[in-house]
Amino acid sequence: MNPVKIISGIAAPLLRINVDTDAIIPSREIKAVSKKGLSEGLFSEWRYTSILGRKPNDEFVLNREPYNRSAMLLTGDNFGCGSSREHAVWALQEWGIKALIGTTFGSIFYGNCIRNGLLPIKLSSNDIQKLIDYVEKDPASNQIVIDLEKLSINFGSSEIVFAFDKKFQTLLLEGLDEIQQTLKLDNEISSFEEKHLERNPWLGAAISN
Amino acid sequence: MAQTLFDKIWNQHVISDLGDGNDLIYIDRIFLHERTGSVALKSLEEKGISVRSPNQVFATIDHIVDTLPGRSDETMMPSGSQFIESLRESVRREKINFFDLNTSRQGIVHVVSPELGIALPGITYICPDSHTCSLGALGALAWGVGSSECEHALATNTLIKEKPKSMLVSINGVPKDGVTAKDIILYLISEYGANGANGHAIEFRGKTIDEMSIESRLTLCNMAVEFGAMTGIMCPDKKTIDYISGKAFAPKEEEQELAEEYWAKLKSDEDAHFSKVIKIDASKLSTYVTWGTSPEHAIEIEEKIPSISQANSSKENESIKKALEYMGLKENDAIKGTKIDAAFIGSCTNSRLSDLRVAASILKGKKIASGIKAICVPGSSTVKKDAESEGLDKIFKSSGFEWRESGCSMCFFAGGESFGENERVISTTNRNFENRQGKKTRTHLASPATVAASAIKGEITAVDQIERRT
Repeated sequence: MNPVKIISGIAAPLLRINVDTDAIIPSREIKAVSKKGLSEGLFSEWRYTSILGRKPNDEFVLNREPYNRSAMLLTGDNFGCGSSREHAVWALQEWGIKALIGTTFGSIFYGNCIRNGLLPIKLSSNDIQKLIDYVEKDPASNQIVIDLEKLSINFGSSEIVFAFDKKFQTLLLEGLDEIQQTLKLDNEISSFEEKHLERNPWLGAAISN
Repeated sequence: MAQTLFDKIWNQHVISDLGDGNDLIYIDRIFLHERTGSVALKSLEEKGISVRSPNQVFATIDHIVDTLPGRSDETMMPSGSQFIESLRESVRREKINFFDLNTSRQGIVHVVSPELGIALPGITYICPDSHTCSLGALGALAWGVGSSECEHALATNTLIKEKPKSMLVSINGVPKDGVTAKDIILYLISEYGANGANGHAIEFRGKTIDEMSIESRLTLCNMAVEFGAMTGIMCPDKKTIDYISGKAFAPKEEEQELAEEYWAKLKSDEDAHFSKVIKIDASKLSTYVTWGTSPEHAIEIEEKIPSISQANSSKENESIKKALEYMGLKENDAIKGTKIDAAFIGSCTNSRLSDLRVAASILKGKKIASGIKAICVPGSSTVKKDAESEGLDKIFKSSGFEWRESGCSMCFFAGGESFGENERVISTTNRNFENRQGKKTRTHLASPATVAASAIKGEITAVDQIERRT
């Protein structure tokens, strides 16, 4: 994974509540056993007036200037609820979204964002409103800068500080691969496993009759 | 310190404290399906990493496969066979336990897993599928993950995770006739919101749960994710132990004795603290049905659709307005009596034998309303076989329902078979999201009893409006 440190750019408000992962990437847009080729299907039910013809819906925020160049989304409560499909994250990233700023996120979706370096930032609705007010005055010029090292969001002359899991902050800043990191702990895992199976001898290898 | 059931299972699985609130958790069992399991296994292969303990991993085919009789690897969804073939190739390479298409153990992951004794009390269990929380009904710490976390668990038998907050949902009282686990969970989500349990793991407890069958408990836990929870869990009791006993992968002989002894003690300490407590009197609840595009948009069947301006915030008002537009409904109208075009019985929520029995008891000797497309999809090949041995298939078919092969089927539209544009479907599934069951399809979530009753009347109705033959 590429290290993530500073993210800056245009932020698009997409403030509907309970935006589910079916809306972010409808199942029918997941056409291959792959993490790629998904951006075209991003928000396809909202983004196109004709899905098959891919005719853009001019009313959808990401189709409008300058939001069609957004690097982040300002989101409503419970963004990314529903299906566990990680394709939602891959589609957002491939389209160009690097960070999401919202009050709450679907819990599986939140974990998926972190694992792919798509920054999910939780703020209070008041703080999000400040960002919306700032952005909407002049979306092209009023860009937002996120610093993952300082855990700060800068907009104009203002700054908001956000909380973020320290372990994942390090992982993202250094661009480390979580699996490779854990594989280094294999001795510890194996010795736990041995004791665990002694306590629970019915676990371990599954045997069927 | 007093511990919850969740704490106890969690602590039993902590390999190490990684600091900053994260633990390295051991994962006992992993279940995969062709939709998301395929990409996780393929991605691992590309990284040159193999599955650490293939004999602790299971896979089946449920999501993309057709459910019409005579099905094969070819699917109505364009490119669907790619997912089936990719999974099959990976499980062969990695030597994972596999329940392939056209074998007796195939079915929806969350239906197959309890049926085969794979999900057990006290274990950690993951699947790259959000409804994995269903298995909490057996006392397993089971939750849905994405592909990356699934790859991590396949490669290392572990996950890095912060312990969630705890919530107790205490349910007492005898539900009225016709009020089911589905009605209770729809009530809970409608009352506290689709985000109501965000960041929490729920323990469901109380006399109502004690009295519930294992299959109803699975229905209740299934929708914990629609309530925003990481998962739901229930304390294993005698019913749980009896249910598991003799299942294909369940512990046997001496191991069974040891396991049962452990399971019988597995419960929250009396004075265990929960960060949030909700109490429900199930005797006061009625039949629930959704009117909108989120599971939180549920009301009692006798209630009126909410008015746009009644919500607490402008954001919610906007959400109600958008949902009504999508659903083609008007504020303050009755939901009961709304004409439907289709009825669907199936999905990991409500496709088990007891669900089919309830629906069949209502459909027996009756015909569904003319023009209604009605489909019943058993949750697993075993459920289908058992239902057929009781003659339920004949009841469904003679009432006008289609009788299908098992799978997730039309719970969601993946580009193959779907309900039509603006068609109104009453469905035993778990998600009434926009476009979930088809482009512009309008989904109303309800229990199998409500779906069967509504199919007969051709409009949304409760089972007490239908004369039943025994």
